[in-house]
Amino acid sequence: MSGFAHEGVWVFIEARRGALRDVSVQLIGEARRIADRRRTVLSGVLPGWKVEGLARRAIEYGLDRVYLVENPRLETYLSRPFTKVMATLIRKYHPEIVLFGASKNGRDLGGRLHAVIDTGLAADCVRFDVTDEGYLDMIRPAFGGRSLAHIHCEKHRPQMASARMNVFRLPPRDPSRTGEIIRETVEITDADVDTRVVGFIETPRHDVSKIDDAKILVSGGYGLRDPENFAMLEELAALLGGAVSASRKPVDSGWVPKAVQVGQTGKTVRPDLYIAVGISGAVQHLAGMQESGKIVAINHDPKAAIFEIADYGIVGDLFQVVPELIRQLKASKAPPPVPEIPATTR
Amino acid sequence: MVERFDAIVVGAGPAGSAAALTLARKGFSTLLVERARAAGAKNVFGGRIYAWPLFEILPDWLKDCPVERFVTKEGMAFLTEDASLGLTFDSPRLGEGRAASFTAIRAKFDAWLAKKAEAAGATLIEGIRVDDLWRDSYRVRGVVDGDRDRVAADLVVIAEGATSVLVRRAGLKADLEPREVSVGVKETVELPPETIQDRFQLGERDGAAYVYAGYASLGLRGGGFLYTNKGSISLGLVVSSEDLSRKKVEVQELQTKFRMHPAIQRLIKGGKIVEYSAHLVPELGARMMPRLVGDGVVVVGDAAGFLINNGYTFRGVDLAIASGVAAGEAAEAARAMGGMSAANLAAYERFLRKRNVLTDLERFAKAPLYLKNERLFGVYPRLLIDLAERVYTVDGTGKERLLDAALDEAMSGDVPKLRMLLDLLKGARSM
Amino acid sequence: MTHPATPVGEKRGLRMIVCIKQVPKAQELSVDPVTKTLKRVGVPSEINPPDQNALEAALRLRDAHGGEVIVLSMGPTSFEESLERAIAMGADRAYLVTDRALGGSDTVPTAHTLSEAIHKIGGYDLILCGEETTDSSTGHVGPGIAGHLDVPQITYCSAVEVEGDRVRGTRMIEDGAETWECKMPAVVTIDFGCNKPRQPTLTGKIRVKRGGLVTHWSAADLNLDPAKIGLRGSPTIVAKVETVQLPDRKGRIFHEEPAVAVSLLLDVLRKDGVIPP
Repeated sequence: MSGFAHEGVWVFIEARRGALRDVSVQLIGEARRIADRRRTVLSGVLPGWKVEGLARRAIEYGLDRVYLVENPRLETYLSRPFTKVMATLIRKYHPEIVLFGASKNGRDLGGRLHAVIDTGLAADCVRFDVTDEGYLDMIRPAFGGRSLAHIHCEKHRPQMASARMNVFRLPPRDPSRTGEIIRETVEITDADVDTRVVGFIETPRHDVSKIDDAKILVSGGYGLRDPENFAMLEELAALLGGAVSASRKPVDSGWVPKAVQVGQTGKTVRPDLYIAVGISGAVQHLAGMQESGKIVAINHDPKAAIFEIADYGIVGDLFQVVPELIRQLKASKAPPPVPEIPATTR
Repeated sequence: MVERFDAIVVGAGPAGSAAALTLARKGFSTLLVERARAAGAKNVFGGRIYAWPLFEILPDWLKDCPVERFVTKEGMAFLTEDASLGLTFDSPRLGEGRAASFTAIRAKFDAWLAKKAEAAGATLIEGIRVDDLWRDSYRVRGVVDGDRDRVAADLVVIAEGATSVLVRRAGLKADLEPREVSVGVKETVELPPETIQDRFQLGERDGAAYVYAGYASLGLRGGGFLYTNKGSISLGLVVSSEDLSRKKVEVQELQTKFRMHPAIQRLIKGGKIVEYSAHLVPELGARMMPRLVGDGVVVVGDAAGFLINNGYTFRGVDLAIASGVAAGEAAEAARAMGGMSAANLAAYERFLRKRNVLTDLERFAKAPLYLKNERLFGVYPRLLIDLAERVYTVDGTGKERLLDAALDEAMSGDVPKLRMLLDLLKGARSM
Repeated sequence: MTHPATPVGEKRGLRMIVCIKQVPKAQELSVDPVTKTLKRVGVPSEINPPDQNALEAALRLRDAHGGEVIVLSMGPTSFEESLERAIAMGADRAYLVTDRALGGSDTVPTAHTLSEAIHKIGGYDLILCGEETTDSSTGHVGPGIAGHLDVPQITYCSAVEVEGDRVRGTRMIEDGAETWECKMPAVVTIDFGCNKPRQPTLTGKIRVKRGGLVTHWSAADLNLDPAKIGLRGSPTIVAKVETVQLPDRKGRIFHEEPAVAVSLLLDVLRKDGVIPP
């Protein structure tokens, strides 16, 4: 890619079933900051079918421009057609930076694309910056979240990175904001459609978003011993107005669905209150919740690692502590008891 | 495609490795399978190996065998709570020639012997547990690991140790009864070699082997042992598991009390306990031996119950090695006779006798039973020590003669004279 | 670079290549301050767990359809341990691309090198990779290989099925399970934890002991362009590693009996305003 002046920051805009994906929108906010630092235009690339409305919406979140590539063959994400679109446009316009949301499809796309156009790709970034020399500083967790690695792509262009989901805040939407929509045509041949979607089973909505947005999470670990014991966590969560999540072992054991797993191989969450019940505090779990507002740990082992990052904790038998928590919370919500009318005295 | 070997040896302890070595040398394609990550990693013993079988199978074993110390000092002591009465035998001839014995670390020794088997041509696989025998009605065809994996062989040598599962699966032994099994427990106490040599009065390559009776096991049937390694001491107990459960005692408790006895403390003071291990020990010698051969199968080592505990010494490893060699010879004989049938493999017994394995076991068959005599562990040690105290106390109150003191002690004890006499005779005959 | 897929017949079965990586087992990873790459010496290793799932998926396909499972890795000679373990688990044979010049590769030269090795092995129907590695966790190599070989890809599969000359993968994505289908040869990446990898067997270990099942290839054996491999061929570098500044947490731990401890905890949480009064 040498020999061209590379300019512009691009964001791959992922549309799914008629809506913009959260992570794409979160990324627009962050990319706006980068583009401003580089004093350059922020563009989105939106392949899809009948998505012009989404293009305008994306601009409202902060894009200057959208490259709109519409084709019925792009209605749903598939690797090769989307790679072709991105590669074609990148070769045509030479952006300096291209960012993707690290959804599964985003990573599928970035992985294939970076090999095809031969450039660097940093995965799953949680922060971006611009160095004094003007490089994109791509910052991602390493070693179970205890370190942050700064990745640079000094020579190859574009510099590419994927952004971890739910780390960047949604930018404000400005309905009055306008920008350019450039319609691009990329030929998608029969040969390009080398895969097809033959089935889809949706995960119930409540399983999916519950823990991402919850302000309070009651999280269970291996210490719960049995799947039935999650019921008491559900009760506690309901009393607090929160949701139930889990560390990896209960998920691996099939007690709870993968959608509620918090940790390095699960989700990253940032509730105001995270209550870890029977969780030892393995590094991979901490990576998924260490930025919670307040962390409470309940564990029978005073040496459990979870206590090292907890704001508060109780060392005790969770099978006594949790029911006690439920009891006291219920009691505090119950109306005051009616005083007994004393028996009349003679 | 099923892998095939002429012989599969299950367990790479001393019995298994000796069997594999012998089989490989006799031209059998041999597989030696060990369940631990490394041969010897899971094996525990008191501490001493009688070397006589090694001379035959590895004439230059002295060159690279991981010997800790050659035993040149033997000892025996009776203990009460705070006193001990001991006898030590010191002789340079003890460590010499075919009678030599040495203390060893099993992880090193077993690994060494397994390597020798490999060098002889056996295929050593570690980290795989054999779960079952592959059988065609009664004939053993090989082994099974996991759910479905099978390896075929004409002969399976069961060298699994005291807790062998395959022996039962082969229909060769009824389930172990508690009477038949003791619990062996051992601590390794680190001490600088110079300190050991100093305290036990040993040369640089010399070692001591002591056994203890009486308070060592708090009156429970069993005994204590102490072996000197190069830079550590192996200290432990072998105790009847029946007594442990009857008297509701934890074996660790016994070990701690034993270790804290003044007689022991004097020897290990300043040492650091670096290891604790426990293992089952087959007891009852020849009385509990399983049937030793079946169609396509033969049993060696602890799995066959080849252990002698005759009160003044423990023998297990040498018998194991000898039995492994005998099994190899039996296989060769069976091959000459046309196949690995039980009838052809019956030659095993012959080869065991040739090496005095069976002979010694039978001779000392009564010893374990004899050692079940409770008086040995409580009453008699106390009697002896009380006698010793009387004899050695010179305080001006008038000295009696040894014989008078002895008779007096014997009569003031709770044991009827006749019974004592019988016990003495029985003991003499069985040991 | 592509090969027309030969239909799966009873005799032939599937030729599958599973790309595996050996990763540090413990979580005590550290970074070499000079090269800023992971220090791999002295820590116990294992086959990257998602690659174990990929291997298991391949072995199950072989159980069902026949064929062979080849494992491939790029790394130092110490990676042989993992390749041997894979054979002990049931793989038929293995290739290790090992060369000093490959050190420090990021996902671009890694995907390139593995693709060249796959091309040299040839005749493949399916390439399987774990969804990502536990040490680098990029997830780029599988799709990168697909890009290089110009074959279809199906990523994050929890289930893989083969029917005729087609492969079907059910992808675990954020909002559900989406099944894709394509013609082979193809690349599939396997969802971490979607199956239970089998244990090494006695037969497997015997085959390893017998030897001859692991082939070493150098960069020269694959005619690799030095400019495209190793640190030299890596577009990205780790410029810096910093430790995370986490908020300093007070750490008030209550040891009292449950009733008292819970009461104290609720008090303090209410005071902090994280739970309603």
